[in-house]
Amino acid sequence: MLQGWFQIALTLCIIAAITPILGGYMARVYQGDRTVLDRLLNPVEGLLYRLTGIQTQEAMTGWQYARAILYSNLGMALLIFLIIANQGWLPFNPTGVGAPTWDTVLHTTISFITNTNQQHYSGETYLSYGSQLWGLGYPMFTSAATGLAVGIAFIRGLTGRPLGNFYVDLLRSITRILLPISLVGAIVFIAAGVPETLAGTVVIPTLEDPTVSQAIARGPVAHFEIIKQLGENGGGFFAINSAHPFENPSPFTNLLQIVGLMAIPTSLIYTYGIFANNRKQAWLIYGMVLVLYSAFILVVGIGEYQGNPAVNALLGGQVPNLEGKEVRFGWAQSALYAVSTTGTMTGAVNSLHDSFMPSGGFVTLSDMFLQIVWGGQGTGTAYLFAYLILAVFVTGLMVGRTPEFLGRKIEKREVVLASFLLLLVHPIAILIPGAITLAFPDQLGGISNPGFHGLAQVIYEYASAAANNGSGFEGLGDSQPSPFAIAAGATPTTTALWWNLSTCFSLLVGRYVPITALLLLADSMSRKQPVPLTTGTLRTDTGLFIGVTAGVILILGALTFFPILALGPIAEAFQIAKGIG
Amino acid sequence: MSVAREASRAIRVTLVLWVLTAVIYPFTMIAFGQVVFPFQANGSLLTNAQGQVVGSALMGQPFTSDRYFNSRPSTTRYSTADPKKDEAGILKTGVSGASNLAPSNPALLDRIKGTVDAEPEKAIAGDLPRLKEAGIQPTADLVYTSGSGLDPHITPEAAKAQIQRVAKARKLDTNRLEIMIVQHTDGRFLGIFGEPGVNVLKLNLALDEMQTKS
Repeated sequence: MLQGWFQIALTLCIIAAITPILGGYMARVYQGDRTVLDRLLNPVEGLLYRLTGIQTQEAMTGWQYARAILYSNLGMALLIFLIIANQGWLPFNPTGVGAPTWDTVLHTTISFITNTNQQHYSGETYLSYGSQLWGLGYPMFTSAATGLAVGIAFIRGLTGRPLGNFYVDLLRSITRILLPISLVGAIVFIAAGVPETLAGTVVIPTLEDPTVSQAIARGPVAHFEIIKQLGENGGGFFAINSAHPFENPSPFTNLLQIVGLMAIPTSLIYTYGIFANNRKQAWLIYGMVLVLYSAFILVVGIGEYQGNPAVNALLGGQVPNLEGKEVRFGWAQSALYAVSTTGTMTGAVNSLHDSFMPSGGFVTLSDMFLQIVWGGQGTGTAYLFAYLILAVFVTGLMVGRTPEFLGRKIEKREVVLASFLLLLVHPIAILIPGAITLAFPDQLGGISNPGFHGLAQVIYEYASAAANNGSGFEGLGDSQPSPFAIAAGATPTTTALWWNLSTCFSLLVGRYVPITALLLLADSMSRKQPVPLTTGTLRTDTGLFIGVTAGVILILGALTFFPILALGPIAEAFQIAKGIG
Repeated sequence: MSVAREASRAIRVTLVLWVLTAVIYPFTMIAFGQVVFPFQANGSLLTNAQGQVVGSALMGQPFTSDRYFNSRPSTTRYSTADPKKDEAGILKTGVSGASNLAPSNPALLDRIKGTVDAEPEKAIAGDLPRLKEAGIQPTADLVYTSGSGLDPHITPEAAKAQIQRVAKARKLDTNRLEIMIVQHTDGRFLGIFGEPGVNVLKLNLALDEMQTKS
């Protein structure tokens, strides 16, 4: 058991070591300072600016920034939709797969453009290589870059700078951060065994019984895999995502995947520290999230290590819960991956969350309810500071001082925006569709596990959509039959139709409403007259204040969603303790 | 800015970034992989002496007989099917998948324990009775199904528990098998990360190869 905790602790050390390097680099990129890649990239970017007609000097207001996001994301979504819907006759389709049902295409498009990547499809049987290359690989870059741009614009506004230009930020996020790291990462993944080929499925007789054949699915996976992690996307090339031996063949690739998905959201907090010229505050916030993150890993790890008591009784000893887990990752790397992927809104999985012990369900759900245990690409950091603004407001009320953050007064407009985006939008996008689904469990639910766990399956799916995470309790019947099955006579189901359409609501509301609110909040902060720092100012870079912030986060998050946790994973834990079957 | 100008800029950015990230980037990587790492880039396929593909070094295969080290239970039967009766079309594309059974789901216990039913078709054989009949001391990985349904590994303990059985069926020395297990164990990365696992397909291929030679 100690060995397991040791490898987890070492992974966290690697992540913390990368933070100042990547965080510092990102700060230079977005401040327009000189970086090592300038000589190579300046001409490339110059060409891209000319081709796209971007005016680099044009500054945008909050509304203009948000409008540019909506227009560009709409354009990208249309392109992706058309590519997937026409995959049947487009090139690079070695398995000859036809178009998925319209609702699957729509859901997949919206889920990828919002950086969510829920899989209501199986990569092998629903999509051609062409769709994976052109349809899904593309928004993995653009949606991640959109999130990063929002995060950076928010940091700029908070620190009293103009918000910048969305298109410049979008482009530079790709050319200076996502693409260079992906190029290197893809090469490492190929060398480590991840396929990168256009050749189709191999069918071979099996060794034990040559009358039975095995089909080995392949494809251009490696380049997809690195941006899937780095951009906090999480949509797998194959149905079973990073548990598949071709997506994640070894403990080495697994380490790379975890570091990849953690790198940007952790580093962005440090980037903020440079922008605000207050690294102490950045490290304090970092420490707060790290403590929460470590506590979550501990809870999941202990649960998986102790295993399922009912199975332990049959085996006559305590063994880890390996249902839905791979031998090469074991309980420790599976637990670490699960907490990291749900906390950062990546949504890739190297083990199946549906089969985790209730403590695993409790933590993965909490990760998505809170949205700040590192959080989504760019947006997670912004949420974190929105919570800080609320904490300033709350402490300001308690001690009777004017609430100020970074020398700017927090007034009605800021509090309304922050509380609206944190306290209202998220629960609306999760609980209302969840309640409708649970009212018609037979017609709409598609629940596969009985009892309390079934409730958690439904809420998990909407939480994953609204938080733009993308993982799932995958037993849920949320998929239409594959194009092959439909060609063979299967009929689409109402349950899957409901899931595809209702999660689209959560996806869109959970993405674009908070983004707009964040940009408006940043805009109004950037326009405020700075107030000079006096002895009467409430300092926001002290351990005490960060502790209060942690309290505000936990109380707000817990109060909103605790009933769900109590009825789902907590009740399931009691049920298991009492004995099943 | 007018709606038309805003839209035209969005469309231009969409298309230019598409060419960069969805065409130039992936095809550069595919070309690189095919030239520099052709073995890995094509799925780490293993071939026999005749040059026929016998499997992938990264993907498990189903093994249940006493002549081979048995692999983990899989919900997708390691993406296999009888080519003459493949109504589900598994061999067209290959599949992957997990049970997704919750720890509180009675079906999980039924699958492990097995059930008896008046109608024999409805009874579940159960992993524990199967292992007991084969004389294998059950380990966690041999009763729990894997995440991918394609797990290439079993734990070293699970391999050791099968030594007697394979040694008897193949009339081999148990010491020799122990050495072969160690040879086909993929260790932790740097001795720290992940868990050690015995690559079942490679181990069984080595067994067959050794016995056809002698």
